[in-house]
Amino acid sequence: MELIPIKINNKEIKVKKGTTILEAARQNDIRIPTLCNHPDLEVAGICRICVVEIEGMRNLQASCAYPIEHPISVKTYTEKVRKARRFNLDLILAQHYGECYSCVRNNNCELQSLAKEYGVNFYRFPHIKEPRYEIDDSSFALVRDPNKCVHCKRCIRTCLDLQEVGVLETAGRGYNVQVQTMLDRPLVELNCVYCGQCINRCPTGALHANDPSDWVWEAIDDPEKFVIIQTAPSPRAAIGEEFGLPAGTSVTGQLNTALRRMGFDRIFDTNFAADLTIMEEGSELLWRLEQKLVHGKDIKIPMITSCSPGWVKFAEHTFPELLDHLSSCKSPQQMFGAVIKTYYAQMAGIDPANIVTVALMPCAAKKFECNRPEMVDSGYKDIDYGLTTREMAGMIREAGLWLPELPKSDFDHPLGLGSGAGLVFGATGGVMEAAIRSVHLIVTGRQVPFKNMDVTPVRGMEGIREASITFENTLERYKFLEGVTLNVAVAHGIKNARQVIERVKSGEGNYHFIEIMACPGGCLGGGGQPIPTSPEIREARAQAIYAEDHMLPVRTSVENPEIQQLYKDFLGEPLGHLSHQLLHTHYTPRGRYTM
Amino acid sequence: MKNSKKRILFGEYIVGSGLAAALKLKPKEVVNEVKKSELRGRGGAGFPTGLKWESAAVQKADQKFIICNADEGEPGTFKDRLLLMEHPGKILEGMAIAGYAIGAHHGIIYLRGEYVYLKKGIEERIDHMKATNLLGDKILGKRFNFDVEIRLGAGAYVCGEEFALIESLNGRRGEPRNKPPFPTEKGYLDKPTVVQNVETLCYVPYIIANGAEWFRTHGTMKSTGTKLFSISGDVENPGVYEVELGITVRELLEMVGAKDTKAVQVGGASGICVSEKDFDKPIAFEGLPPGGSIIVFNHSRKMLHVLENFMEFFVEESCGQCTPCREGNYRLLEGVRLLKKGDCTVAYLRDLMELARVMQISSKCGLGQMSPNPFISIIENFKDEILYS
Repeated sequence: MELIPIKINNKEIKVKKGTTILEAARQNDIRIPTLCNHPDLEVAGICRICVVEIEGMRNLQASCAYPIEHPISVKTYTEKVRKARRFNLDLILAQHYGECYSCVRNNNCELQSLAKEYGVNFYRFPHIKEPRYEIDDSSFALVRDPNKCVHCKRCIRTCLDLQEVGVLETAGRGYNVQVQTMLDRPLVELNCVYCGQCINRCPTGALHANDPSDWVWEAIDDPEKFVIIQTAPSPRAAIGEEFGLPAGTSVTGQLNTALRRMGFDRIFDTNFAADLTIMEEGSELLWRLEQKLVHGKDIKIPMITSCSPGWVKFAEHTFPELLDHLSSCKSPQQMFGAVIKTYYAQMAGIDPANIVTVALMPCAAKKFECNRPEMVDSGYKDIDYGLTTREMAGMIREAGLWLPELPKSDFDHPLGLGSGAGLVFGATGGVMEAAIRSVHLIVTGRQVPFKNMDVTPVRGMEGIREASITFENTLERYKFLEGVTLNVAVAHGIKNARQVIERVKSGEGNYHFIEIMACPGGCLGGGGQPIPTSPEIREARAQAIYAEDHMLPVRTSVENPEIQQLYKDFLGEPLGHLSHQLLHTHYTPRGRYTM
Repeated sequence: MKNSKKRILFGEYIVGSGLAAALKLKPKEVVNEVKKSELRGRGGAGFPTGLKWESAAVQKADQKFIICNADEGEPGTFKDRLLLMEHPGKILEGMAIAGYAIGAHHGIIYLRGEYVYLKKGIEERIDHMKATNLLGDKILGKRFNFDVEIRLGAGAYVCGEEFALIESLNGRRGEPRNKPPFPTEKGYLDKPTVVQNVETLCYVPYIIANGAEWFRTHGTMKSTGTKLFSISGDVENPGVYEVELGITVRELLEMVGAKDTKAVQVGGASGICVSEKDFDKPIAFEGLPPGGSIIVFNHSRKMLHVLENFMEFFVEESCGQCTPCREGNYRLLEGVRLLKKGDCTVAYLRDLMELARVMQISSKCGLGQMSPNPFISIIENFKDEILYS
């Protein structure tokens, strides 16, 4: 690789050809401020905050968009540069409607930070005093406030390039340019999958999740209500970031204490429901294989996971013809709700009408999912409220609790025990790993033949991963799988999901089982997770999840004693009558571009 | 001072002679001849044409493109329309020569949407040139194929910017891209692409037919050749004029019968507005910017009104992608309106002037870099009128 000698602020350094000035500066600990730049997104070079001066050039250049091809001398904070940065910042601030102290992104806003960094202490230009645009809070998941938009287009690049959903686009010109939905229609009417990835990349409060915290507090404050919360593994690996802990710090025990002190009546582990999902989904996979291989029936293979509500909605819009491939299993969140309002209510002797179920999820689409009209199989709304990691952090702060300082405590039982398999659901490939662990145990009576049971081929951050596992020495019941090689694929991010599905449609991908997560990195990179996000942050969260898996006594879903108890006492058997009634669902074909 | 009677485009020309001469040369020799002529782009930026061709010629690619930028949209500019209407053959010949020089076989005329009525005429000329073997396969019996198609723009001023134009051709929103890479490396369909203004292409056949030395006898040392100007405003004889580069504003005003002139906007709306003290300056790349249009204002005009008009145009036509252009033009226009009402403090005006300079050096493309020009030049050159009347 060719190295090019350059100078930044007179410091002589060598960089690989094609490195941008911004990258070169960062590699050498020279700070250049940015706004429209994001490590996950295509370069735009439009905010002009990162401009620098290159010797011999009249115009300033956007350092994020300038690949170094020849030796150059760069200055990052000359008078011209500082003035341009300040003016461009002033221009953005003049158009930014909304006051910091009433903003969801107060203290975590890139515009605010830049204003501080550049000593903005007055509005240079007359700034707008009235909102220009209507706020779109039509959906359960996302709220869009164009008045706070700074036109960095990070949301558009997220929706269009990263996710390839394309609900957001640029409309209008000049001063009236706007980030807009298709035909300016409310999100609820469109094919938005509510992944919330745009939120995670918005530098300001122009995009945020639809926050039900007030209703959750109301339920907690109501003595009649029995409020049960389930917490998913990804928020527990990330919520510490909201309290200044480094990414990848697992705070499960402290979170349990916080929730208890806040007044939640029971705290359960979503991993328990993840194990339940694996019981049902693994059984469904084996059932599908048997129907196909033994009985030659026209059963849809590959089976595709349906735990990610963003992915499910995308499939409903984009591949309605393939909906029979989706597992009929509800996601862990929804299974848990149905079990709590039936089994648990009976067991604890509580009227399910008085139970309020809250789910702490890393996800924006979970808010949509729990409000799907199908999700009432318990006779009530299975899950009442979906809270994101960010929203929960806000509630904890509101309660005056500082998470890192709290003692650790356990979940409530039963329904509080999750296996390591349920835990790894939080990372991309996790559902697959959990399924393989259980299915292998069911089919052969032995644990998966991987060191420490880590099914490493399905792990990692590549967009699409494929793996195969051959069943050998199967138990009598599963003789039809003797020597059969199970081909699986894992995709995370809608763009990759689309590619995998296209492979299936073209016949190129000969899979039996596919895991798809709508968000990059899987749930740990979900749209409800702490901001900022980056590949490094997601990797750290994944490591936290895998480390916790190793520490758990139970590593497969079938071995979870509380799950075994649930089947023994209540459900009977996987795919049984009651399971079908409570834990399985169906999907709705939707329009290509609209609801 | 050069006399302004010499003409090129409106002089005599034998159809096909430039192309025939080009095909007798090696592509590299054609590029060198254009380089030697020192022809600079007539779209406004004035980039040396030969260098652009050379940069595209050295690229290795299975496909290359020549694009004729016929998206003329600068207020007061109509010289390309005249060429498209009356001299489409020269444009097509220029494109074919450019194609031969860089190794392209496909040309696209990006025609401004409002000029759709010219499409038929150009198409007829394409057909005619195909029939006479000046376009199509094995042109003039040589092993060179070149075809031209016409594509219509949707009517956005920014699409005159070469990358916005290419994005538009690629089927996307017409917005500028980051440079580098330049279009000569990655342009239309990510292939090496040369984008030239209509007028620039028209000079090419002459240069090849008559030689670079001949071309250089026109114009000045640093600005060779002639130039078409669309002249409008307070003049007796508005229209398109071909004059040698280096002509002074005063000579030009005399030529078109302008009397009682207070201000002249040189180089289109994004050019600069000069007052009497600058009328003896030459219009050339080393002098006042030789864009496409000259707009003349007599003493009955109010300069703030003139400026408001220009700034309204830019606020409307900015693509809105980069901060300085999207927000800056709006703030400049707002400032002009404050000035008109007498509500702009001198301190704020100073801020706006600084803003204008920031826009010039930090905007992403030529639109935002040039749009503050009228603001700066009118405030500076007509300060007395603006501040004290």
